[in-house]
Formats: sequence, C-alpha cells, structure tokens
Amino acid sequence: MKILVAVKRVIDYNVQIRVKDDGSGVVTDNVKMSTNPPDDNAIEEAVKIKEAGKANEVVAVTVGDDKAQETVRKALAVGADRGILVKVDGTIEPLAVSKVLQKIVEKEKPDLVFMGKQAIDDDCNQTGQMLAALLNWPQATFASKIEMKEKSLEVTREIDEGLETIEVNVPAIVTCDLRLNEPRYASLPNIMKAKKKPIEQINASDLGVDVKPRIEQIKVEEPPKRKAGIKVASVEELVQKLKNEAKVI
Amino acid sequence: MSVLLIAEHNNKELKPFTLNAISAASQINEDVHVLVLGSNSDAVSKAASEVPNVKKVIHVNNPIYENYLAENFTSVVVKLSDNYSHIVCSANTFGKNLMPRVAALLDVSQVSDITKVISEDTFLRPIYAGNAFATVKSNDKIKCVTIRPTSFDPAPTSGGSAEIQNSDAGDATDLSKFIKKEEIKSDRPELGTARVVISGGRGMQSGDNFKLITAVADKLNAAIGASRAAVDAGYITNDHQVGQTGKVVVPDLYIAVGISGAIQHLAGMKESKVIVAINKDGEAPIFSVADYGLEADLFDALPKFLEELNKLNTIQK
Repeated sequence: MKILVAVKRVIDYNVQIRVKDDGSGVVTDNVKMSTNPPDDNAIEEAVKIKEAGKANEVVAVTVGDDKAQETVRKALAVGADRGILVKVDGTIEPLAVSKVLQKIVEKEKPDLVFMGKQAIDDDCNQTGQMLAALLNWPQATFASKIEMKEKSLEVTREIDEGLETIEVNVPAIVTCDLRLNEPRYASLPNIMKAKKKPIEQINASDLGVDVKPRIEQIKVEEPPKRKAGIKVASVEELVQKLKNEAKVI
Repeated sequence: MSVLLIAEHNNKELKPFTLNAISAASQINEDVHVLVLGSNSDAVSKAASEVPNVKKVIHVNNPIYENYLAENFTSVVVKLSDNYSHIVCSANTFGKNLMPRVAALLDVSQVSDITKVISEDTFLRPIYAGNAFATVKSNDKIKCVTIRPTSFDPAPTSGGSAEIQNSDAGDATDLSKFIKKEEIKSDRPELGTARVVISGGRGMQSGDNFKLITAVADKLNAAIGASRAAVDAGYITNDHQVGQTGKVVVPDLYIAVGISGAIQHLAGMKESKVIVAINKDGEAPIFSVADYGLEADLFDALPKFLEELNKLNTIQK
C-alpha cells in the first residue's frame, strides 16, 4: 500500500491578512507561511497507517513555487518517506492542481491519495473531488475517521447534519477534516533526518498540463468594516440593549 | 440560457438551504430549473415546483439515488449540462462534495461559495475565511457555482406551479457505498444555522465552567461555540470550534465570553448581525468587532446575565 499526500503552502492561520492597496491580492511578502492546517491531518493519518504496518510508503507532493519545498520538507520531518515538488509560478487554480496531481498519480500509482478538505487561502474546497473525478476514483470528503478494510476504506464524514459513513473502493481519494487526528510536531532529530530525504523536482510544463488560470480575478478588497460598537456598563444595560435596541432576544 | 440548480433533500422534503440557493440562481438568470435526484421523492419534486422562482423541475426517481453519493449523482448532472449556462448548488457539505466532481468532468474552473451575484459571469466570494473578498469572473462556457446559503434570503415556498419532467434513468457506479448516517440528535440548534450562538474561550478556565455557558444557551435556545484556545485546552470538543479552521457562523446574535478575539476566531464570527463581548480585559481585540462590549469578570457576569434573562417576559426563539 502506497499513500500519496498532497500538501499546500499557505499564509499561516495566525497571520492578519492584509489586502494590497492596488486590489490585486493579499500581501504575501515577509509573511509567515505554513502547511495548510488540514493537510497536516492528511500527513498524520498516512504516517499512522504506515506505522500500523498497513502501508509501506508515504509520498508527499506539492504544487507551487520553489519555496513550497519547505512544506514538503515539513511532511518529511513528520514521517513521509520522500517528496515531490511540481514547480509552477503564479496563481494555480484547483482544476489545474488536480490535473497535475492526476499526472503524478499515473506515475506513482498510489493506492490512496490524502489531502486536506480545503485550503485556508482560497477556500475553494475543490481539489480532492476534482482529482477523484479525473481519475474516476471514489471520493471520501471531510473525513473524520478512516478504517482500512481488505480492498476498501470505511470513512466517517463530517456533514452538516452530523456524521455519515461510506465505504469506498481502493484506489480512493480522501480529503481530511481537522477532527481526523491530532498532528504531531516534528522532533529536532527528525527535522535533521528529513534534510537527507529526497525531494524530486518536476516542472509542471513538462507534464503537459495547461495550468493557466481560467478565472479572472478582478479585484480583492477588505471585508466591510463593522462600525464601532459601544461599551455597556452593566449586565442589566446589556440585556436592555439586546432586547429594546438590537431586538435580538 | 438557463440555470440548473441541484436540490438537496431527504426524499421527503427540500433542505432549507436549497431555497437560498434558488434565490441566488434566479439572480443569475430567471430561467431556473431544479434537478431532484432521489428515490420515492415525489414530495420533493412537488415542493420544488411550487417555488415561484422555479420554471421547471427535472425529477429523476431511482432507488440508486436514495442516498447521496457524489459518484452516482455526477453523471446525471454532466449529461444534462449541455442545456445550461450555469450549474449551481449550495456551498454546504452537500454541494461542496458534489460540484467539483461535476466541474472537473466538464473541464470547468469552479467558483466556490459566492456571497453576491454581480452579473451572470461575475461573482463576489470570501477568501481567507472572509478576511478578504475577491470579485471573480468566470470565462468558462458553463459556469459551476456554489452559493453561500446564509448570504441569500430563502425563496418563497408557495405560489409556483412549474412543470415537472419525470424520469427513472439510473446510472450507478460501484465505486462507493452508503453505510449509515448519524444525525446529531440534540435539543440545541446546530452551530452552523443557529439564530443565537454563545461561545466560550480560554477565559472559561475549565471544561466544567462551560456549564455557565450551557445555562445561558438553554435560556436563549442558542448553539454553543468555542475558540480554538478553549478547544486546544481541552475544555470542549472541537466540533464546537468557531473560526478559520473551525466553523464559520453568521447568527443574529453572537455572544463571545472570555474570548480575546484572535484573528482566526474573528474570521469565523465577525459577519454575525449583533456581536456581544464579555471580557475582563478592556483591551481585548474582541471589543473592536463587538456591538455591545461588557468589560467584566465572566464568572460574575454570566450568572447575572441569566438572572436578567429570566426576568424578561418573553424571549425570541
């Protein structure tokens, strides 16, 4: 069993997002970058399956610029065996990422592909489902529990009404929810060891995939500002305001 | 051209968010057709036909559609797509699961989670958990769009009489199988759709202290939320987490108790209509988004808040 895990480098979730003055996007220069949080859950799950003796190789892949290598390196430090960086400059949409990943899947022939359910930068929530469609594989999205069977997976999914359990044939795509597991931290010795693990570099252009964006981003702006509120002096005043002014209770 | 809207339902009734999505769809183009894929789902197709904004209902009634599996739903949508300029559905777990699978097979770059229709090809959508808004234009021949339900009013449910086109064509795959669904049975409203949400943060100091929150939540028929800090500290389970990596909520009233207001929390609640902050640190960032701030010790304020609520003759549910 071989597991391919797709990871994405994004602005760290603790960073205050600033919109560029010219409306062309958000400020990314000198901003702390990290692995997309649910991608950490995806890596953790793959490594746990390997540690349980049910997989023999975990490969981490990312699609991005040179610096995206850091994200692969971090995956290697928590237990992935080797990495792949597919190099692309500029914006790349989920449809293009899934086409790139399709090529990587055809080359690597994994049994499972894991990734986070959504990236916290563009918030698209598309790549896993698109990859599943292109490969004609089943998809188990928003997974909070994965049970390995002989030739299938039983996956519990986080849905609006509660939980849903489905069985998907292997090979399959799983997109991971934050509730799937508790990602580990990389230890210093493992960070050192990860420096020796191989990362293969491939140019997206060599894969024969058209990665040009299809969607025109016209402008990016700040969210509407809330008008400043007031401080109330007491609980009594608060309740009166909520009842008579805001009329919400 | 026309808009094809994929309905979410339980074979008996339309799910409420489908009505919000219908409103958005009719802002794109008035010729809205609703696709109901179900099993013994006549009641659903009838309900959809009675929505005044709906011009036609396509009802595919086959046992394979009893449960919702994206693998089985996709091929029907793809086959119908030739007749449409837009394919839309709600951006909840139903639509998020389904639409990208359709879009990829149509070689379309999907526009996710729109909050505003600017024109038939241009939409507004939040990025970075609502910390920025992008205006985007789709240049694909067919536009695949998911709708943030809370940004559109629900369409009315009566007065219409659209034509219903029935078929029983099934196209099952054996890629996946439904096993079970466990709906959360709670007297409390669901966090994502509750009218009132009360959340606790690190200031609660322990899981046990959340009973102060619970008491107020009971009184207001509110859902209970939490900051990431409270979840990380083990006070409450992470299905209560509000924020960029948790749930995004848009209630009429959001009460933040003992929450400082980290960026990642604000991203999940600052679109709420009315925000109340109770915090003993007057400098806490949460006050910058609060309509009503109360600088007080929550251990005094919460019991008193409940007491004052108890004095009211009526409370909205």
